[in-house]
Amino acid sequence: MAIDQTDLMNQDNLLSADSNQFLTFTLGDEEYGVDILKVQEIKGYVPNTRIPNAPSDVRGVLNLRGTIVPIVDLRSKFNLGTIEYDQFTAIVVVVVQNRVMGMIVDSVSEVINIPPSDIQPPPDFGGNMNSSMLRGIAKVGDKLIIVLDIDTVLLGDNVGMSFAA
Amino acid sequence: MNFDTAMFHSAFFEEAADLLEDLEGLLLRLEKSPDDLELLNTIFRCAHSIKGGSATFGFADLAQFTHGLETLLDLMRNGQLKISKTISQLLLESRDQMRALLAVARGEESTAPDSAPLTARIHEQIESVNGTSDISAITEEPVIIEETAITAATKVYRLKFVPGPDILRRGIDPRQMINQIRESGELISIICDTSRLPSIEEIDPESSYLGWEIIFRTEWEEAQILDIFEFIEDESEIVLTIEPADFIPVIIQEVSAAAETIRAETSNSLNLDSAPLSAAKPTPPQPAAATPTSGGKNSDTQTLRVATDKVDKLINLVGELIINQSMLNEVISDFSMAKLPRLIEAVAEMERASRDLQERVMAVRMLPIKYAFGRFPRLVHDLSVACGKKIELKTVGEDTELDKTVIEVVTDPLTHLVRNSIDHALETPEERRAAGKPEMGTITLNAFHEGGNIVIEVSDDGRGLNRERILQKAIDRGLISENDAPPADDILYNYIFHPGFSTAKEVTDLSGRGVGMDIVKRAVQALGGSISLNTVPGKGTRFRIKLPLTMAILEGLSLSVGEEVYILPLTSIVESIRPKLGDVRLVAGQGEIVLMRGEVLPILRLYQVFGSTAQFTDPTKALLVIVENDGRKVALLVDELIGQSQVVIKSLETNYRKVNGIAGATILGDGRVALILDVPGLIHTDRLGGASFAEAA
Amino acid sequence: MSKTALIVDDSSSMRQMVGFTLKGAGFQVIEGVDGQDALTKLKEVPGGKVDIIITDLNMPIMDGLTFIKQARSLPACKFTPILMLTTESGDNRKAEGKAAGATGWIVKPFHPEQMLKVIEKVLPS
Repeated sequence: MAIDQTDLMNQDNLLSADSNQFLTFTLGDEEYGVDILKVQEIKGYVPNTRIPNAPSDVRGVLNLRGTIVPIVDLRSKFNLGTIEYDQFTAIVVVVVQNRVMGMIVDSVSEVINIPPSDIQPPPDFGGNMNSSMLRGIAKVGDKLIIVLDIDTVLLGDNVGMSFAA
Repeated sequence: MNFDTAMFHSAFFEEAADLLEDLEGLLLRLEKSPDDLELLNTIFRCAHSIKGGSATFGFADLAQFTHGLETLLDLMRNGQLKISKTISQLLLESRDQMRALLAVARGEESTAPDSAPLTARIHEQIESVNGTSDISAITEEPVIIEETAITAATKVYRLKFVPGPDILRRGIDPRQMINQIRESGELISIICDTSRLPSIEEIDPESSYLGWEIIFRTEWEEAQILDIFEFIEDESEIVLTIEPADFIPVIIQEVSAAAETIRAETSNSLNLDSAPLSAAKPTPPQPAAATPTSGGKNSDTQTLRVATDKVDKLINLVGELIINQSMLNEVISDFSMAKLPRLIEAVAEMERASRDLQERVMAVRMLPIKYAFGRFPRLVHDLSVACGKKIELKTVGEDTELDKTVIEVVTDPLTHLVRNSIDHALETPEERRAAGKPEMGTITLNAFHEGGNIVIEVSDDGRGLNRERILQKAIDRGLISENDAPPADDILYNYIFHPGFSTAKEVTDLSGRGVGMDIVKRAVQALGGSISLNTVPGKGTRFRIKLPLTMAILEGLSLSVGEEVYILPLTSIVESIRPKLGDVRLVAGQGEIVLMRGEVLPILRLYQVFGSTAQFTDPTKALLVIVENDGRKVALLVDELIGQSQVVIKSLETNYRKVNGIAGATILGDGRVALILDVPGLIHTDRLGGASFAEAA
Repeated sequence: MSKTALIVDDSSSMRQMVGFTLKGAGFQVIEGVDGQDALTKLKEVPGGKVDIIITDLNMPIMDGLTFIKQARSLPACKFTPILMLTTESGDNRKAEGKAAGATGWIVKPFHPEQMLKVIEKVLPS
């Protein structure tokens, strides 16, 4: 894993009041960012328990120190195809609207600062990705980072439609 | 240090509430066995403890009222007053009054009924024995001794002090008293009187033979000085006189001689002359904040009373964790690959212990349902008297554990059901005799785990629901049309849960005010539960409240379906069989069934329901686990059974959502999550089952 | 070294209050829920000796007076100050207590501060 939890927590402590911090991770060739304040911790991938008749992107549930945490595969969520989970595969544990959830990502990259002014509104992707899941696109150095609105990604725009019944 | 006794209020409230709870049961028992002295003593102690506590913590009304009751109980346990119907009633009412006063003290109620009429009745009883009802008043609140900060003029005192011979045997040390005198001000002279010392062979080392004459100067008042000797004033000679203020000691020599004598006699630790006398410092008075606040608002901190064995288990586990940790420390302090197996072992141990600890901590919230059942003996007693019926209350499964919050919420609906049974369902003794039933009606409260639920049943052997009247009412209220064929019994009876549906002919004092079963149903549903009923005309009615055990511990059987492990609540399992080839049949267009001793049971292939892959799809190779809910059975097809264990039920809904056929999740010994099967839910999904409603009948 | 006190009371709120007060005054506190329990706890203390015992009188299983007598008969507690808590300020109770071997008494209800003063009175400094 590119970043370990201690590092993250230290940075978190230092910058806790600053919501310009984003955790970045990769899915395929693309780099994504989530608001660091939503992130609770990062775990290496461990197999989880399948939930019967769940949506395909919900991989199952995991025991996180006694809490039952649903795990969503972001590749599957974004229809990016599947890959073998390997030593870089990580579970980013986030807290959205008081729910603890995990997201499986290809690998975790780093924590970076993105000023709000650097985030461009999302272009219309059409097709797979609902643009309401995006806060925008940010250019950091020569990289493009897709900044996710993680609440919408995991819970949907319409609470009745998606995850939270 | 903060001496505000308010911080102990919640402990006192909890304790007093428990005592009152006990007291009620004890008083009811006393009616049956009025000559049980031990019982009376216990009752007395309950009242005594409440009095003591309420007085200490400054709840004067409660203390004062309980004081009278205690006096009455004292007469009873001394055999001066015999228990009678009147007294028994008086005691029960007093207990209620105490509870009302406690509620006021807790800030739950703003007022309580006036204690005076009850107090008067108590006094009347006391008077009948004593000829007077003159109960010594008790101190209403702790008296705080005001230490006068105003500097009074110093006085010179002469004290003659001859302690009684036995004081040493009571753990009293005369040196301690002399020290206190010394600390009060300035010691002028001290003379030891050894004249009472017997000859050496007659000396009992545990007796006190010495006396002292002490002259000292202090600001203290006489009473304050005498207070030092409070505990020995009766058996000792203590004479305190005031000397002229300009008293000058004459015999300096003798003073030091006397001091020597004391030192010689006491031989240790006494430092009569080691510090300058002026160093004596009186304790400063406590600030006003120390005054106990009476009747203060109950703080919101809820407390939980936990059985000692649960706590002991926690302590043991913490002990294990600490041992684990030192093991780990030892292994990693000088680590080499050779130690890897030990490291793995130590980590695994630690994991197990921490998980155990976690589960046990969860279990701390679980309380036996007897806390909810406890109020019913009294309720039944009172109501049966009020409506002239003979009723016996039976409770079963009092030790069934459920979450504290659930217990708190479920008590009200239960009360309503019990009231209803007493008021409407059970007949008068005459009616029962006429119907060929025993005069004594029975109400049974029964609690047990069923699958992922707790079931609480309230049943009576009364007249049963009146089908005709319910039908008529349903028609009147437009719920069904007169022209329709009358609905099936179970559907019809369920109308009583409709808002405003009360069939009581006349509104009585107890229930039937129109707020009825719909409230009960709503309360149960608010807990995520359901209520159903079963009634047989002339025989009785049974209400069944089913509640999810969101945090309960469940005895479960783990089983495998392919790679997956599921937990099946033990209470729902009837048996497991491996069917023979001919036993499994396909019913055209309906599904599979298995014949078992003439019974036809639908088969539910778990791997199909859950969309997974099983190791065995051939029922004669796999296992069929027969499960039952509400009298309906289904055979679940699984690969194999793994083992039985207690699991802590965790909600899937906290972070995810409700999943059909799954009651919750738990954490297995290896840290993995296993899902708990929802047997009632599975039975409902069964294709052969038809309307789920039918089972209520 | 801090002093050790044994509190004997069947009421947990009283034990809490007395215990808290004593701890605040620097005592180590051992609690017993009745006389019998207190005797057991006493035997578990190293040397079987505490610096002071404070006991209620009305308790189930073994009452305070019996406990005081039993404790006094233990060699280690022969001279230990024993205070009894009583709600009755009458002389009878005090006389009974003295006969059983009680050093002194604290009349309930009392304020924690008062209790400390009484302890000061009987506990060798």
